[in-house]
Amino acid sequence: MDAFITHTGVGVPLRRSNVDTDQIIPAEYLKRVARTGFEDGLFAAWRSDPSFVLNQPAYAAGSVLVAGPDFGTGSSREHAVWALMDYGFRVVISSRFADIFRGNSGKGGLLTAVCAQDDVELLWKVLENEPGAQVSVDLVARTASAGDIVAPFHVDDYTRWRLLEGLDDIGLTLRHEPEIAAFETTRPSHRPTTAAVAGIND
Amino acid sequence: MARTLAEKVWADHVVRQAEGEPDLLYIDLHLLHEVTSPQAFEGLRLSGRTVRRPDLTLATEDHNVPTTPGPITDLVSRTQVETLRANCAEFGVRLFPMGDAEQGIVHVVGPQLGLTQPGMTVVCGDSHTSTHGAFGALAFGIGTSEVEHVLATQTLPLAPFKTMAVTVVGQLRPGVTAKDVILAVIASIGTGGGQGYVIEYRGAAIEAMSMEERMTVCNMSIEAGARAGMIAPDETTFAYLKGRPHAPRGADWDAAVAAWRELRTDDGATFDAEVVLDADALSPYVTWGTNPGQGSPLDAAVPNPADLADQGERHAAERALAYMGLTPGTALRDVPVDTVFVGSCTNGRIEDLRAAAGVLRGRRVASSVRMLVVPGSAKVRLEAEAEGLHEVFEAAGAQWRLPGCSMCLGMNPDTLAPGERSASTSNRNFEGRQGKGGRTHLVSPLVAAATAVRGTLSSPADLDPVEA
Repeated sequence: MDAFITHTGVGVPLRRSNVDTDQIIPAEYLKRVARTGFEDGLFAAWRSDPSFVLNQPAYAAGSVLVAGPDFGTGSSREHAVWALMDYGFRVVISSRFADIFRGNSGKGGLLTAVCAQDDVELLWKVLENEPGAQVSVDLVARTASAGDIVAPFHVDDYTRWRLLEGLDDIGLTLRHEPEIAAFETTRPSHRPTTAAVAGIND
Repeated sequence: MARTLAEKVWADHVVRQAEGEPDLLYIDLHLLHEVTSPQAFEGLRLSGRTVRRPDLTLATEDHNVPTTPGPITDLVSRTQVETLRANCAEFGVRLFPMGDAEQGIVHVVGPQLGLTQPGMTVVCGDSHTSTHGAFGALAFGIGTSEVEHVLATQTLPLAPFKTMAVTVVGQLRPGVTAKDVILAVIASIGTGGGQGYVIEYRGAAIEAMSMEERMTVCNMSIEAGARAGMIAPDETTFAYLKGRPHAPRGADWDAAVAAWRELRTDDGATFDAEVVLDADALSPYVTWGTNPGQGSPLDAAVPNPADLADQGERHAAERALAYMGLTPGTALRDVPVDTVFVGSCTNGRIEDLRAAAGVLRGRRVASSVRMLVVPGSAKVRLEAEAEGLHEVFEAAGAQWRLPGCSMCLGMNPDTLAPGERSASTSNRNFEGRQGKGGRTHLVSPLVAAATAVRGTLSSPADLDPVEA
C-alpha cells in the first residue's frame, strides 16, 4: 500500500446522500476473480446517465470525491473500495461514512475524510462553479483545500498513522514477523501439516 | 483462573498482545475453496507477497462443481475453479481438484483426513467453518481480505469473542437427531442470538453424540449468528481421529491426547451467556420460513404470524409464508415437496447417508418427488458404495451423485426451479439461495428420506413398516 501524505487532484461533486455500496458497485460485479479492474462497475447504474457527474469531461479524471452524508452504507463488500480506487479516487470527503465502508477504506488505502456538511457545501460550490478544479488534501494538516476554501477534516489517529506510513493490515502484521517466527518454534510437534502423508494419501 | 474451552484455545494461539490493539492469533490450518480465494491470491501478487505456510494450507473444489459426470459448463464457475488451480500451482498450495480421491466439501475433507484436531485454530473463507469446532478446535469463517492476511502471515488480528454455553441435558429420543437439536437451538435463541459469541455445546446429549453428529451441530452455529461453535474433545473424538492420515502417530499421539484432555472448560469458569435445552422434549424439527430460526416441530402446523407478539418477527413471518407459499394452520405433515436433497457440509457424511438409506431400504421414493443424494466427499462416496448404500438409494429411485456442495447453494447446476419446494438436509433456507423462487425446508436426513417416500414432510414414524 502506498503512503498517503498529500494528494492533489480533480474534485468531483456528488450531490447525493446515502450512497450505498450497491450503488457504488452492483452485486453482478462480485462474481469476478480479479482484484483490479472494478472501475467499470463504479456507480454502474448512474454511469448510463449522460448528465451524471463522472460523464462530464471536466470531472472524468477525478480523484477526490466530495459526497453527501452517509456514504458507503449497506453491504460490506470490499469491492466498493476497490471500484473507487481502481477508477482513480484516493479520497472521499463526506460529513458521515458508514462504519464498515470506512473500515474497508482504511484497509485499502482510500482516505475517508469527514468534513462538516457546511464545508462540503462550500467545496461543492467551488467544484461546480469551476468544473475540473483541483482539491488539495493534506493528511498531515488534516485539511482539504479548493479555491479559497480550506476545510478541516477528521480522520481517526490510527487510520491516519497507517495511511501516512503506507501500512495495510498485512504490512502492519508483518512488522511483527519475528514474533510470528518465534511463536512457530513453540508449536507442539503433534500439530499436523497439510503435506501429503507418505504411503497414505500422497 | 478458571477458563472456558474457547478461552484456552485462544490463549494458546496469541502471538502478540498489546494495549488498545486486537490480539494477533496464530492459525494452525487454513482451508481454501474456489469462491472466496481468487482476490486474496491476486492481492498477494499485487503486493509481491508469498504464502507463508503452504504446509498449513489446503484447497479443494466444492461450491461450483457439478455432481454429474463431465466438465463445468458454466463459464463463471469454470473460471473460478481454473483460477484456484492456477493459484495453488503458483503459490505451492496442495489442492484436491474435481475427480481427485480426496476431493469434497471443504468441511468434510479436513476432518476425514484427520487434519482438524482438538485445540487448533482453523479458518476458511466460508461461514460454515464452524463445523470443525466439533473437535474442540476454534474454527471460524473469514472474509477475502482476511484470507489474504492468513495466506501472507499465518495470523489474524482479532478482538476476543464472548462465550456462550448451550447445554443440552437429557437424552435424545429415537428418531431425533443432531440436526433437530441445532434447529431447535436456533429457533430458541434466534438467528442473531449467538452474535459476537463462540458457543460451547455441552451436556449429556452432546456427549452422547458421534463426531458426525457433533459436526452437524457445530456447522450451523453460524445460523444462530455465532462466530464459532465448539465441543470439548473426549474419547469419542480421540477414537475418530486415531489412525487417520494426518493424525499424530506414536509418541506424538500420546503427547497429543494428553494435551487434548486438558481442553475442557474448567469447573467454575463463567460464560457470558448460558442456554439450557432439554433433549427429551425434542422431536423432529422442520423449518417453515426463510431463515433457519423459523422452524417448528414436525408435529406442529404452519404458524400464524398474527400470533407473534413482536412486530418485526410478525412481518418477517408474513413475508416468509408468502415466499414459501404456505397457509397458517396447515399441518406441516401435509406440505407436499417436489425435491429432496440429502447432502451438504451439514449432513453429507457417511452416518447421514446411512440414516437416509436405513429409511429407504425396501421403500420407494414417491413418483412426484426427485431425490438427490450427494456425498460430502469422494471418500464418503466410496465408503457408501462399499457398504452398498448407493444400491439402496438407486433401488428406491433416488439419484446417486458425485461429491460437492450441490443444492445447498445455486452456484452449480443443482438448483430449484421457481416455486419448486424441497426438503433439504442443508443449512440455509434463504430466499433464492437454491435458485430464484425455490422453497426449502431444512430437515434431518431421517426426515428427508421419509419425506421422499411419502411426498409430504414426514418422519420415519409416519411410514408403513417394510414388508419382510
